[in-house]
Amino acid sequence: MAEIQVDVQARRFQERIDAEVRIEPKDWMPDAYRKTLIRQISQHAHSEIIGMQPEGGWITRAPSLRRKLILLSKVQDEGGHGLYLYSAAETLGASRASMIDALHSGRAKYSSIFNYPALTWADIGAIGWLVDSAAIVNQVPLQRCSFGPYARAMVRICKEESFHQRQGYEIMYTLATGSADQKAMAQDALNRWWWPSLMMFGPSDADSAHSSQSMAWKIKRFSNDELRQKFIDQAVPQADILGLEVPDTELAWDEQTQHYRYGAIDWDEFNRVVRGDGPCNRQRLAEHKRVHEAGAWVREAVVAYDRKHQDQSDV
Amino acid sequence: MSLLSAVVGLADDALVLGHRLSEWCGKAPFLEEDLAMANTALDLLGRARLLYGHAEKLGGSNEDEYAFLRDAPDFTNLLIYELPASDFATAYARQLLIDVFDELYFDALQGSQDDTLAGIAAKSYKEAVYHVRHSSAWLLRLGDGTDESHARMQQALEDVWGYHLELFENPSADVSLVANGALPDRAVLKAAWSERVRELVERATLTVPAGNWSVAGGRTGVHTEHLGFLLAEMQHLPRTYPGVNW
Repeated sequence: MAEIQVDVQARRFQERIDAEVRIEPKDWMPDAYRKTLIRQISQHAHSEIIGMQPEGGWITRAPSLRRKLILLSKVQDEGGHGLYLYSAAETLGASRASMIDALHSGRAKYSSIFNYPALTWADIGAIGWLVDSAAIVNQVPLQRCSFGPYARAMVRICKEESFHQRQGYEIMYTLATGSADQKAMAQDALNRWWWPSLMMFGPSDADSAHSSQSMAWKIKRFSNDELRQKFIDQAVPQADILGLEVPDTELAWDEQTQHYRYGAIDWDEFNRVVRGDGPCNRQRLAEHKRVHEAGAWVREAVVAYDRKHQDQSDV
Repeated sequence: MSLLSAVVGLADDALVLGHRLSEWCGKAPFLEEDLAMANTALDLLGRARLLYGHAEKLGGSNEDEYAFLRDAPDFTNLLIYELPASDFATAYARQLLIDVFDELYFDALQGSQDDTLAGIAAKSYKEAVYHVRHSSAWLLRLGDGTDESHARMQQALEDVWGYHLELFENPSADVSLVANGALPDRAVLKAAWSERVRELVERATLTVPAGNWSVAGGRTGVHTEHLGFLLAEMQHLPRTYPGVNW
C-alpha cells in the first residue's frame, strides 16, 4: 500500500517537472532528488566560499584604490552567494554546520578550479574573465532549474557574476594594452587558467556520473560538453580582442559546425586535482578549517549571549 | 596648506583602517560577519577616496600617489588605525573606540565651513551610526558571552586603550582651522566619547581600562612598526612596475 502511494507521488512529481512546475521545499520529492540537490547546492556554496581565498589574497595587494574597492566588493559578493546557496540547501533539511563538516571531512567537494594558485595580479583578471564566464555559462540554465529556491538564488547570482566577469575582462584589457611586462603577465595568466577553466564543466558527457538523472529532473539542462563549447565560442574572440594567444595549438574555427574545435583536455590532471592532488587542495582546506576553528570561541559567545538575554528579547 | 594636510590625515585614517578590515575578508568567525566586516571596510575605503579626491582639488597629489607612493613617515594616520588585529576581539575593541569617535567627529564636521568636507562628513556620519551599532553589539556579545570571550575582550580593550588619547589631540597645524570653523575641536569631543564608551563597556560587564599609558605620533609621521609591513604589502605592485596604469 505504502509502496503504491510512493509510486503515485513519484509519478506526479515527474509530471510536475515535465510540465515545468517548480518544486518548492515543502513539496513531496524523491529522496534521491533531495540528496542530489543538497550535494550540488552545497558543493556550489563551498565553491563560492573556497573561491574567496585565491582572490581574497589580492585585496591587500590590489594596485590601485579603485581596484582594491572593486575586488573587495567582488569577494564580498562571493560570500553573499555562498550565503544564499547555504540557505537554499537549508530549505532541503541540511544544516550549515553539517555542510561545513562535510567539506572539512572531504565528503563534500568544491570546484577544482580553486585548487590552482593566484600568483600575479593578472590572475585576478583571468579569474574574473574566464572562471566567472565559465560559472555564468554553467549557471544561466540553473535559473530554470526545477527546484525553486536554487533557481531564484541563481537569478541574483548570475546578475552579480556578470559584473565580476566584466571587471576581470577590464583588468585583462588594461594589462594587455599596457606595458610589455603587463602584457606578459596577462598572457602568463591566460596560459595557466585556460585549461583549468575548460575543466570546470566537468568530465565529457560519456564519463559524467551524475548527468542523465539530473537532466530528467531538470536540475541540469545542457550537457557538460555543450556548455564547454558555448564557453569556448565566447572566450576565443574575447582573447583575440585582448591580443592574447589561447594556449591550444589545435584551436580552430570550424565553418561547418560554426563552433571552435579544440585540443584534448588533460583528464588525468583533472582527476588528479579532484582527488586532492592539485597545487592548492591542502592549503585551501586547511585555511578554511583554521578560520573556522579560530572563530569557534566567537560563535560560542554569540550562543551564550543569546541564551542569557533570551528573556529580555522576548519581552 | 594646512587644510590639505588635515584632509590627507583623515584620508590616511580611513585608508589604513579600511585596509586592516579588508584583511578579514574570508576570515571572519561566520559568513554573515564576513559580509559585515567587508561592508565597513568598503565604507572606509570609499571615505578615503573621497578625502584624497578633495586633497587633490586642494592642490595635493592623486589618490593612488598618496596610497601607493609614500613611505611610512609621510603617512599621517593616527596609530590606533594602523594596529594589526588578527584577533577578532582586538579588531572590535579598536573598532568600537573608533566608531564612537567617528560618530561624534563626523557629526560635528558636518558643520564645517568647507562645503566638500561637510558633504563627506554627512555621508561618513550616517555610516558611523551603523558602525557603532555593529561594533557595540559585538562588545556586548563578547563581553557578556562566555568566560573566554569576556577575558579576550577585556584583554583587547587593555591592549588598544593607550592609543585612544591621540584621537582627541588637535595637531598644531590644525589650530587655526579649528578656530575658523573648518574642523571640529577634537578635545571637546572627549567627554561625550568617554561617557558613551564607559556606558557601553559597563553594559558589556567589562571594565574601562585604567588608562595609565598612551602612545601617539601618527600625525607627525612617527608610527608603530606595523605600518611599514602594511605598506610593503599594499604598495609592492605599483612600486615594482612604476608609471603604468592598472
